[in-house]
Amino acid sequence: MYPELGQIALILALLLAVLLSVVPLVGSVTGRDQLLAFARPLSAGLFVFVALAFGLLTHAFVTDDFSVAYVANNSNSMLPWYYKFSAVWGGHEGSLLLWVLMLVGWTLAVAIFSRRLPSVMVSQVLSVLGMVTVGFLLFTIMTSNPFDRTLPNVPADGADLNPLLQDFGLIVHPPMLYMGYVGFSVAFAFAIAALINGKLDAAWARWSRPWTTVAWAFLSLGIALGSWWAYYELGWGGWWFWDPVENASLLPWLSGTALMHSLAVTEKRGVFKSWTVLLAIVTFALSLLGTFLVRSGVLTSVHAFASDPDRGTFLLALLAITIVSSLTLYAFRAPVVHVRSRYGSLSREIFLLMNNVLLVAATLLVLVGTLYPLVLDYLDMGRLSIGEPFFNLTFSPLGIAAGLLLGAGIFSRWKKTDGGWLGRKLLWPLAVSMIGTSAVLVGYGTFEPWAFGGLFSAMWITVATFWDLWEKSGSRKGRLHGLRRQSRSYYGMVFGHLGLAITMAGATVASNYGIERDVRMSPGDTAMVGDYRVAFAEIGNRRGQNFTAEYGRFEVYDSDGGLISTLYPEKRRYMVQRNTMTEAGIDGGLFRDIFVAIGERVSDDAWAIRLQYKPLVRWLWLGALFMAAGGFLAISDRRYRIRDKVAENGKAKAPNAGGERGADPVGAAS
Amino acid sequence: MWRPVFAWLLLMTIAPMSVADARDVYGFDTQAQEQRFQTLISELRCPKCQNQNIADSNAPISKDMRDEVYRMMSDGASNEEIVGALVDRFGEFVRYKPEVDSRTILLWATPAIVVLGGLMVVAGIVIRSRRAGQDEPALTDEERARASRMLDGDDSSRT
Amino acid sequence: MKRLLLFTPLILAVVLGVVLFAGIGKDPNKLESALIGKPVPEFLLTDLHNESRELTREVFEGHVSLLNVWGTWCPACRDEHGDLVWLAEEKGVRIVGLNYKDNRDDALVWLDRLGDPYQVSIYDPRGSLGFDLGVYGAPETYVIDAEGIVRYRHVGVVNEKVWKQDIKPIVDRFREKI
Repeated sequence: MYPELGQIALILALLLAVLLSVVPLVGSVTGRDQLLAFARPLSAGLFVFVALAFGLLTHAFVTDDFSVAYVANNSNSMLPWYYKFSAVWGGHEGSLLLWVLMLVGWTLAVAIFSRRLPSVMVSQVLSVLGMVTVGFLLFTIMTSNPFDRTLPNVPADGADLNPLLQDFGLIVHPPMLYMGYVGFSVAFAFAIAALINGKLDAAWARWSRPWTTVAWAFLSLGIALGSWWAYYELGWGGWWFWDPVENASLLPWLSGTALMHSLAVTEKRGVFKSWTVLLAIVTFALSLLGTFLVRSGVLTSVHAFASDPDRGTFLLALLAITIVSSLTLYAFRAPVVHVRSRYGSLSREIFLLMNNVLLVAATLLVLVGTLYPLVLDYLDMGRLSIGEPFFNLTFSPLGIAAGLLLGAGIFSRWKKTDGGWLGRKLLWPLAVSMIGTSAVLVGYGTFEPWAFGGLFSAMWITVATFWDLWEKSGSRKGRLHGLRRQSRSYYGMVFGHLGLAITMAGATVASNYGIERDVRMSPGDTAMVGDYRVAFAEIGNRRGQNFTAEYGRFEVYDSDGGLISTLYPEKRRYMVQRNTMTEAGIDGGLFRDIFVAIGERVSDDAWAIRLQYKPLVRWLWLGALFMAAGGFLAISDRRYRIRDKVAENGKAKAPNAGGERGADPVGAAS
Repeated sequence: MWRPVFAWLLLMTIAPMSVADARDVYGFDTQAQEQRFQTLISELRCPKCQNQNIADSNAPISKDMRDEVYRMMSDGASNEEIVGALVDRFGEFVRYKPEVDSRTILLWATPAIVVLGGLMVVAGIVIRSRRAGQDEPALTDEERARASRMLDGDDSSRT
Repeated sequence: MKRLLLFTPLILAVVLGVVLFAGIGKDPNKLESALIGKPVPEFLLTDLHNESRELTREVFEGHVSLLNVWGTWCPACRDEHGDLVWLAEEKGVRIVGLNYKDNRDDALVWLDRLGDPYQVSIYDPRGSLGFDLGVYGAPETYVIDAEGIVRYRHVGVVNEKVWKQDIKPIVDRFREKI
């Protein structure tokens, strides 16, 4: 009975979404304020029904209701309760429902946190979000209904959750990732609303910014979690494979980063509006593209959901309608602005524009690289594979260049920066970065050109960031006062940029100075990996809640002979799906990881053991944490928290003057 | 009482460990060769897996391919020869780094094209902005005088 | 002119959409053989039924044949076996069997029990010919023309539909050339 309630909840939600798409929008265009007032209650109702459906699905999992097909396919009575809970999004239908839940969640958030915005604007934004929700609810109800029953043949037990997913990673990675993906729909909705009502200005940029930044922060966390999960779960120590599904998550992140920076320019200077709007549309379009790629079977990936041509077609139609209509609206309604003010070639505007160029280049690179095999196959030009070696070779220079630009750009000024002055300012950072990078390289041993490039870029960012912080925090009342005086928005930027540097450093060092060995070992053997000695002490067996495992006990010694840790990698055999999984033993540290995994059995008492030394690998994810922290810090800035009574009165009269008076003046430069 | 026994047992287990280093699953003479092998097998794709290289895949065909890579390396073949031999049998599909030919030139050139294109656009903006800046109407002499009076705090300028 | 420029993203999106649409439903795992148009690689293996009889690529010369790669360990091979017997007996198709990475005795018992559609059976215990052919998963079926040149490869099970639609046209085309 409950699953049927879930279906009804989804249908009711669809009805509300349709109303939300139409009523407030009609009200905004015809000037009927009573219709506008429907937006917020409809958003709330929509959320309630989707949440209800989600809750009912969760209930079905937790109570082992195998009469629901989705539960039967993804769960099992022996599954630990916390995995039953996260198994809700372990397959296509449930994860899609999670997507929709996030979407209506963000919609509700916009409804709640936008009191200071003109109601016309808010209603339009909510309507656009409603339209997107209609599309996804239709997709869910018509092709991917999680509540389909298996009656009358209810299986005695479920097919179990894929063992690879029976992990903490499943509990956190998809929700974070979807918060990011779906969060960009808000920036998209703001952009479409602005195109509809024609009020594309700095105020629009100011309102869009916090929503974009939060979505970006979540996406950064989501991607990092995915990388970390793959690293410890898949058993071979890789943290990024340039797999199509991974690329699908990176695309909106790259574009979203460009969007964040472009919004900053549009907010502060009122320029590049058309470009920013396009980025807002494209970023969300890339989120949708990612959803399509993962679920349609068009590209091969270890991470893809089971594919179905019907679903693929429906999703592509959804994608097509959304993107074609928004880009058409863009083509007709985006302002064609002529350059009116003068930009110095080293002005902050130009630096940020160059940042966008590099980020767009990176986005297009990943997009083209991911879809190229598809295009060639379509043109009957053969089946090609484009993977790690290609992407590493072409992406790295862009990343390094972006870092170099960042460091220099930190010191740039709006409108004009004197070249000589900038050059002189950068001399010290240059010297310090060179020395620092060389020192690190010497520490790790060999000189690798790519390592130099990546590390120098990371160091350059770090030195420039701290230099700027030092200069800005100089104050007659003391350094501490100077530091306290900086806004949270500024610190958000500092953390964000430092995070990037940390991630770059981690990626560079782990890739260039990591050591991988496949060694044949029997209990009693010992092997070296880097300066560490790994001893295979014994082999044993154990039993888990729903698996049996063969484990090895490995002792890791450092170069002085001291025991650092004991690791227990295992090969698990899950009882229901009968597949074998490798669990690695990892000694994690801030500056290096030692990674041990058991491979195939090569003889009666010998196994192929994979040993890895991975320097600075944790910095990859630490950097992402910093970036996300920066994002959250930035949106907690004062300007978003001012409750200005004057503004609230003023908003009713002034249609778009920006939510508050007394804050930074809207850029009048163009 | 148990400590000396324990220590002795520990000694017995450590002692044989310090004698022999474990052999590689594939034996290599130098670290450099081992690295070369690891790089090669990470750049070749398993033809039947869901997007995995032959280093990470457990499929039987991946093992056969690794064995072949090792065999050819031991025979002294170059990287191109090894990859070429596998491509001859399994097709371009198994190569993760596409060859630069007329089909893939667009792919390889993408970053350069976009960056150069972007640079040109930005340069265009800067140049056009210079012209725009020059077109800005300069202050007339009268306006300039008014401005300096206002700046000097002269009351008579207030209107 | 600038307004026209704003239409570029739309045009690119539409083009992309067309390509994506074409990709739906295609099986990304069915690879075309790299040997199409090239001769069957040289090999020296024994006959499955007769250890002392050696076989080389000459077994393909003079006839258009199917080369079927199979093993007793492969469940799909069992599924298609009946169709292969039908092809050999009812349709008179010459099928050369390649017993891939298998055990001779097991294979012989299997053929005995399920029927033997193969004019010639090659025994490839280590999979060396399979490897040279680019076999990556059984069952696979090749069309080899009268000069021993590979003309087509089908990955997966062969049944009546596959025969009619994919394989027969190729076989007919090269039969005419003899």
